[in-house]
Amino acid sequence: MEWFLANSAMVFGLAGQHFVLAVVPMVLGLLISVPLAELVRGRRALRTAVTTASSLLYTIPSLALFIILPPVLGTRILDPLNVVVALTIYAVALLVRAAMDAFDSVDEEFRLAATAMGFTPYARFLRIDIPLSLPVLFAGLRVVSVSNISLVSVAALLGVGNLGMLFTDGLQRSFVTEVVVGIIGILVLALLMDALLVLLERVLTPWTRAAAKPAAGTGATAMSTIRIHEGAG
Amino acid sequence: MDVFADTFIWLTSPANWSGSGGIPTRLFEHLQYSALVLLIAAAVALPLGMLIGHTGRGRVAAVAAAGALRALPTLGLLVLFALLAGSGLMPPVWALVILTVPPLLAGSYAGVASVDRTVVDGARAVGMTELQILFRVEIPNGLPVLAGGIRTAVLQVIATVSVVAYLPLGGLGRYLFDGLVLQDFPRMLGGSLLIAALAIAVDLILAAVQRMILSPGLSTDSRGGRKSAGDLAAAAPADADLQGGTA
Repeated sequence: MEWFLANSAMVFGLAGQHFVLAVVPMVLGLLISVPLAELVRGRRALRTAVTTASSLLYTIPSLALFIILPPVLGTRILDPLNVVVALTIYAVALLVRAAMDAFDSVDEEFRLAATAMGFTPYARFLRIDIPLSLPVLFAGLRVVSVSNISLVSVAALLGVGNLGMLFTDGLQRSFVTEVVVGIIGILVLALLMDALLVLLERVLTPWTRAAAKPAAGTGATAMSTIRIHEGAG
Repeated sequence: MDVFADTFIWLTSPANWSGSGGIPTRLFEHLQYSALVLLIAAAVALPLGMLIGHTGRGRVAAVAAAGALRALPTLGLLVLFALLAGSGLMPPVWALVILTVPPLLAGSYAGVASVDRTVVDGARAVGMTELQILFRVEIPNGLPVLAGGIRTAVLQVIATVSVVAYLPLGGLGRYLFDGLVLQDFPRMLGGSLLIAALAIAVDLILAAVQRMILSPGLSTDSRGGRKSAGDLAAAAPADADLQGGTA
């Protein structure tokens, strides 16, 4: 505790770097995978190809990917860009499948009704498909958020600044307190991010709360809520 | 790009394929650590997960524990165990076991729980004992989800064992950290490519095994699409599956 108070400025600085390294890939991953999922969703062969490619990419261990990327991107090994690109690849691999599942969870009747009401395909995608698929999409985002925050710390082994530095430094100095502060810091960061995502989901999907009985918020409850909705409508 | 040429030379040099620091030795160490971790974790997580899935008791606690453990940083836990329990093979192995239990627990629990309850009741009605129900009905039918959890766990262990070399132990991760210290990038890249190749090869083998042992009746099932879902099967959809079942 004393050590933490004395070094809190450094810990918060590392936590900030950690946060950026985890969040930027998540946002980039979302921006890439949602359109990609919509493009390949209806085409069986493309869909299989994307699913296979994403599970293959997800298979590559992070430490290996952090090292394979620099010569491919032309960056230096210490460049945080390697971490951002690597984690974006993992985020896309996870989210593209989540997004396809999410769009599948939207009932075809809503799409037909929207078309009948005169929505253009583009407007329908933005105003029907995306909002209704949010619950499933958020379930995927929460998985990405937790795994990103844990994976960022591995990059500290190569010297990229984040809370993982407390582990490498702690090991070199045989200083347990520093390691424990790092673990707690990462857990708190993961918890905060998760709470933020849950909150964001509640704000963006007010209709799930109107119909849900107890504990709304998880993707699963939201998903069954949609089904209840469909049954009633 | 001469980096790639140098890496190719490193990977094909006979000197790197023999001796105590050679690729076969490191590969064997890597697989040995992975197998040890997986065996211990499976011995803990699979029976527990199946028990929870079968009886439905302790569900909430299991899901919460698995979720919380998933957020634990691998590197932090490894370093903590190494500092507290000293050097040697076992401290990192125990740290890895803790990290491997959640996907196995979630997979075995969600797999058993994913089986349609009317099927289970049917099995009970024709006079099967609880153990027969578990082994002849729930496990074969829950296999797609169960196998997803196991594959996630195996991949995670193979990836994490590369970090163990930092502590320092053996395994293919040795090349990354030795290369980093020696400023020998071809060695790092070669080691990374070997680790990536190992992970992909193991996953492909597991996928083939899964296809072989999966009951043909399940592949035409509406759940069949989930069998290749790998990580997602053990993470979000697995949770979605079981929560959906109770709603």
